[in-house]
Amino acid sequence: MTNATAIFGRNKNLVMAVLCLGGAGLLPLFFDPLSNVTDNFITAGAYVVMALGLNIVVGFAGLLDLGYVAFYAIGAYTVGWFASDHFAAVNGGKGIHIASGALTSHLAGIHLNFLLILLVAVIIVGIAGMLIGLPTLRLRGDYIAIVTLAFGEIVYRFAVNGDQITFADGYKLTNGRQAISPIDSIDLPGLPPFDSAVDLRPYFWFVLALVALVLLVNFRLRDSRLGRAWIAIREDEVAAASMGVPLVKTKLLAYATGAAFGGMAGAFLGSYQFTVQADQFKFGFSIFLLAMIILGGLGSIWGVVFGALLLSFINTYFIPNVFNSLPHKLGLDFDLTVLSFGIFGFLILIVMVLRPQGLFPERRRALELTEGIGAGDSTFEVSQP
Amino acid sequence: MTVPVAAPPASIGDGNRPALLATEAVSKTFGGLVAVNDVSFSIPQHSIVSIIGPNGAGKTTFFNMLTGLYKPSVGRIVFDGRDISRTRPDRITTLGIARTFQNIRLFATMSAVENVMVGQHARMRAGLIGSVVRPPRVRREERAVRAKAHEMLSYVGLAERVHDELAVNLSYGDQRRVEIARALASDPRLLLLDEPTAGMNPQESDRLTAFMRRLRDERELTILLIEHDMKVVMGVSERITVLDHGEKIAEGDPADVRANPVVVEAYLGKQG
Repeated sequence: MTNATAIFGRNKNLVMAVLCLGGAGLLPLFFDPLSNVTDNFITAGAYVVMALGLNIVVGFAGLLDLGYVAFYAIGAYTVGWFASDHFAAVNGGKGIHIASGALTSHLAGIHLNFLLILLVAVIIVGIAGMLIGLPTLRLRGDYIAIVTLAFGEIVYRFAVNGDQITFADGYKLTNGRQAISPIDSIDLPGLPPFDSAVDLRPYFWFVLALVALVLLVNFRLRDSRLGRAWIAIREDEVAAASMGVPLVKTKLLAYATGAAFGGMAGAFLGSYQFTVQADQFKFGFSIFLLAMIILGGLGSIWGVVFGALLLSFINTYFIPNVFNSLPHKLGLDFDLTVLSFGIFGFLILIVMVLRPQGLFPERRRALELTEGIGAGDSTFEVSQP
Repeated sequence: MTVPVAAPPASIGDGNRPALLATEAVSKTFGGLVAVNDVSFSIPQHSIVSIIGPNGAGKTTFFNMLTGLYKPSVGRIVFDGRDISRTRPDRITTLGIARTFQNIRLFATMSAVENVMVGQHARMRAGLIGSVVRPPRVRREERAVRAKAHEMLSYVGLAERVHDELAVNLSYGDQRRVEIARALASDPRLLLLDEPTAGMNPQESDRLTAFMRRLRDERELTILLIEHDMKVVMGVSERITVLDHGEKIAEGDPADVRANPVVVEAYLGKQG
């Protein structure tokens, strides 16, 4: 083996990441600054970030999470609260501004720099992740799924009815279905403010940077003390605890880390879409994300990236643009987009029957599914916090 | 938080050797079922002690209490002068007790080396941020942990070529070896082996018996053994405790226990 192939072999993932991200970085240069393709890729990028976050919880630690949309929602509301005129009366109507850039410095409401918002979102969502983690600690399998499902629904209900929930001097929690809008554009220090009416490409590169970050975190955590502990817990909780892995702490770290990326993506999408509206945070979105990682292969990082891109493009391109005339051709009269979730469900059904380990399975998961190993169960009293 | 307690009375030690672990009137009930009843018992340092008894005697339940998987309903467990009756399993491992399981519980889809690396979890320090950023300290730790895992696997006699094999693909005997290596990797002072020779042929059992002595002498370990193979038990134990229906019915050196009519009765039924 030559030296070059040795390096390539050892850093296969690094080389692949550099090639993919570098190639993707050049992509929008071939399109119009306001191209739909770029727009679709930006949304897809945000979905990749969320899917990789969910992959940490479900793929690595094996904790089935059906309420991941809650973290998306909380992240989005963070940007809604801290980068809009939602709290218009704050500071006597003069507003609060922290490094928010020239465009917003005279507006009412709270306006933080977007990087600060990302940080705040990560902290708030990380705490929310631990809160959802706590009641699931003594549960296993299906029961964890039910608790997380309920959590997602609670957050959604708060979002929808948030316009009725007021605090202090009549500040509303959310605007419910009315949406919080407009939300500040991203305005990074040293760069011109992003403006999605003129050029989408800065948003594209920004989300690409987020994808690079979440990829790095996924790869590094997988091959670390913590990553091994997560896999150990997924395989056999009792044995993991007996080998010195603290179950409570390790599981909560999985929830918090996974949630943090949901929050980041939520804050980004809120800013990119200009608006945060409660109906974005329905249960179906959790399933949509879960479908991405199941399609790609639970725990398989590249598989999850592929699954997220594929489902995102089916959602934003193939269903509304390519196949939308299909019902008409068959003599039916309806919009294919109303069937989106039916189509995703059907895809998952096909994957489960033909290739349950996903398109690009992780070696361990493939073994678990095809040989029926792992997932030990027992009734020991180990989970007591 | 465990409260340090006074050293257990000398009487439960073994003459000049103080007890490393002692249980004081420990019971465990599941609903109405009494699995372990009022068992007091101690293990002197650097000794090999066995627990024997018919199936269902409560041996494994007793083991699970020592390692924190069950909390005793009544009674106290003292390890090295510290009450661990209500301590979490991972904390107990950190304090220096490691175990193997009767039905092997390796992490099936991890390689042998990775299994042993998990065994060192309690001795590692890398946290969430460290694992992502990987400063030199974390890289050094990772390298050292991997090297030690290979070393432990070689020590228990696992051929180098299967170190990176997934646990599920290893032969039964090799899986037992990896489980012992994984337990040793946490640098325990007390090693609990739950029927380690189950499924082994006589030659393999002999080798394991010799290996247990080596562990005690080379690594200064104290070993507590649950075992059905009487040849192994009688050959290796310095002291034997006999459980039946959850109660301690006899205790002593191998010759005493073998001659004890109560023990014979528990195993074979009443004579005549």
